[in-house]
Amino acid sequence: MSEAASASDPETTTGTALGRGPAIRVLPRLDGANRFFWTSGAQGVLRFLRCERCRRYVHPPAPLCPYCEDGQGRLEPEAVSGRGRLHSFTVNYQQWIPDDGPYVVGLVTIDEQDDVRLMTNIVDCAAAELEAEMPVEVTFEQHEDVWLPLFRPAGGRAGAAAGEPAGGSR
Amino acid sequence: MTDFLERRAIISGIGQSKIGRRLGRSAVDLTVEAGLAAIADAGLTRDDIDGLATYPGGGMGGEAFAGPTSPEVQDAMRLKLNWHDGGGEGPGQIRAVFAACLAVAAGLARHVLVYRTVTESTAQGSGGRQGIGGAVSGGGRIPRFSGSFQWMLPFGAVSAANWLALVATRRMHEFGLRRDQLAWIALNGRANAARNPIAVYRDPMTLDDYMAVRMVTTPLCLYDCDAPCDGSTAVVVSHADYAPDAPNPACHVNAIGTALRGRPSWDQFDDMTTMAARDAAASMWKRTDLRPADVDTAQLYDGFSIITMVWLEELGFCGKGESGAFVDGGRSIALDGPLALNTSGGQLSAGRLHGFGLLHEACVQLRGQGGERQIPRQPEVAVVANGGGPIAGSMLLTRGAG
Ligand SMILES: [Zn+2]
Repeated sequence: MSEAASASDPETTTGTALGRGPAIRVLPRLDGANRFFWTSGAQGVLRFLRCERCRRYVHPPAPLCPYCEDGQGRLEPEAVSGRGRLHSFTVNYQQWIPDDGPYVVGLVTIDEQDDVRLMTNIVDCAAAELEAEMPVEVTFEQHEDVWLPLFRPAGGRAGAAAGEPAGGSR
Repeated sequence: MTDFLERRAIISGIGQSKIGRRLGRSAVDLTVEAGLAAIADAGLTRDDIDGLATYPGGGMGGEAFAGPTSPEVQDAMRLKLNWHDGGGEGPGQIRAVFAACLAVAAGLARHVLVYRTVTESTAQGSGGRQGIGGAVSGGGRIPRFSGSFQWMLPFGAVSAANWLALVATRRMHEFGLRRDQLAWIALNGRANAARNPIAVYRDPMTLDDYMAVRMVTTPLCLYDCDAPCDGSTAVVVSHADYAPDAPNPACHVNAIGTALRGRPSWDQFDDMTTMAARDAAASMWKRTDLRPADVDTAQLYDGFSIITMVWLEELGFCGKGESGAFVDGGRSIALDGPLALNTSGGQLSAGRLHGFGLLHEACVQLRGQGGERQIPRQPEVAVVANGGGPIAGSMLLTRGAG
C-alpha cells in the first residue's frame, strides 16, 4: 500500500538530493520542562518523561502523569532505545527559506509506546526508500545548546553513512 | 428530542466585500463593506445590530491572517452592543458563528454580525507563502519557540501544508488513496469556480494539469493548497423568530458539531487519518434527526484538499477510507451530482476566505441565489465544515425550520 504513496509521485522517485532538514533550524526555547529532552542527545540517548507509578511515557512534558487517576504519578526522564517506526512522512519542496533544497519531515512512533510520536527529519534515506512503518533509529544533530533528534533507517541500510559527523553540517 | 439551543438561531443576512488578489485595502475597510452588505441583506440597519463576533481577531497569526479586532469594527461601524466576542481557540473558524447562535438563544443579543476577514494576498506581496516563524532568513537573530511549535519548527515542518501532508501520506498507506483520486477535490472546485464570477482562479484545470504541477510537500501539490486572497465575509445571526420578517429566506441552524476528544495536537492525535473532524462530526449528528443522506450540498473546508476528503468520510457521506473512490471521476460531488461539493469553487479556486466563504455559499445555495452555479435541484439541507487537523467544527443548515 505504501508504494502508492511514492510510486504515484514522480518527484520522489527521481533521486533528488535531499537535505538533512531546513537550511536554517528554528530552535526551541529551553526551560525547566523541556531542557532534559532537547539536551539529551549530548549523551547520545533519547529521553522521555515516564511515570514512576504506571510506567507510561508522557510526551510532550507535563507536570504530573495525566494517566494516573489521582494526578499524583511522578514523572522522571528516562532513556528509551531510540528506535521507532515511521508513522508518516512528507518530502518538503516548498522553499519556505529562499533557495532551500528538499528535505524529509517524518512522524516517528517510538518502539516503547505506540502513542508517543515525534515530528523529525528522516536522514540518510533516499526519497524512493521512504515507506510508512519502516523501522528507524535516532541520530542527533547539535545546534548551539540543542541536540535535535533526527531519525535514519534502522540497522544501517545502504546509504546510511556510518560515522557521519554529528552537528550542524548545513 | 432535547431542546438544542442552536435551533433558535437563523442566518438572516449574508454579505461579502470585494474579493481578490492583492487588493491593497485595509482589513477594517473590507470588513465594513461586508458587514454593511450583510446587514442590508438581512433587512436591518446598524441600529438593529446588538452583537458582534469574529474569528480570530486580536492579531493571532499576524494581522493579515487575523483580520481586524472586534473593538476596531465596533468603533468603525459605531455599533451599540449587548454582546461581543472574538478569539482563535475553539471548534474551527466557524466557532464565532456558534458563539453567536448561543448568544441569540440565550437572549444576550438579537442580531449578531459575525465576520472573518483576511488580507493575506496583499501581505504576501510578490513573495511566496510563508511558514510559521516567518522570515527566519531575514538576517538578525532567529527567535526561539516554546509551546507546541517547538516540536515542529526545528524540523522545517513550518506550515499546515507539511502537517496535513503527513495526514495524506498516512491515508495513502492505510487506505491506498491515490493522487489521481485526491485531484478531484481541486478539479471539482475549479469546475465550479468557472461558474462563479468572483472566484480567484477560473481557468479550466485538467487531471493532467494537476498531475504535472509542482509539489509543495508530498503528496500535496500546488493545486492541493488554497489560494490566498483578500476579502471579508459577514453574516447576521438572528433569533429564529425574526425569520418571517427577513427579506431573504432564512437559513435555519439545525445542529452544530463542536467536540474534540482526541489530543489537541498536530503530532499526538490518536488517529492521524481523521484528527478532529471525527469528533466534531460525531457530536453534530447526535444533535439532530437529519442523516447524511438528507444533505443536499456540502461546503467542506479545503484549505488543503486532503481535509475535504477527511470531512467527506467523517460526516458519513462515504465509509472510512473510501473517499478516494467516492470522489474519483468527480460525478458524486459535481454541481448536478448527489452531493454538490464546494459549489463556489471552494478555497482552492474561489479564494481562501478561511471557512466563512463556505458558510456564505451554503446560504446562497439554500436561498436559491446561486445564479449560474445554483444547484439544479433546490437544496433543502446543507452542511458546512471548517478546520482541519486538531481544529474542527461543523454545522447543519436547513431551508425552512426543518
Ligand atoms: Zn502514571
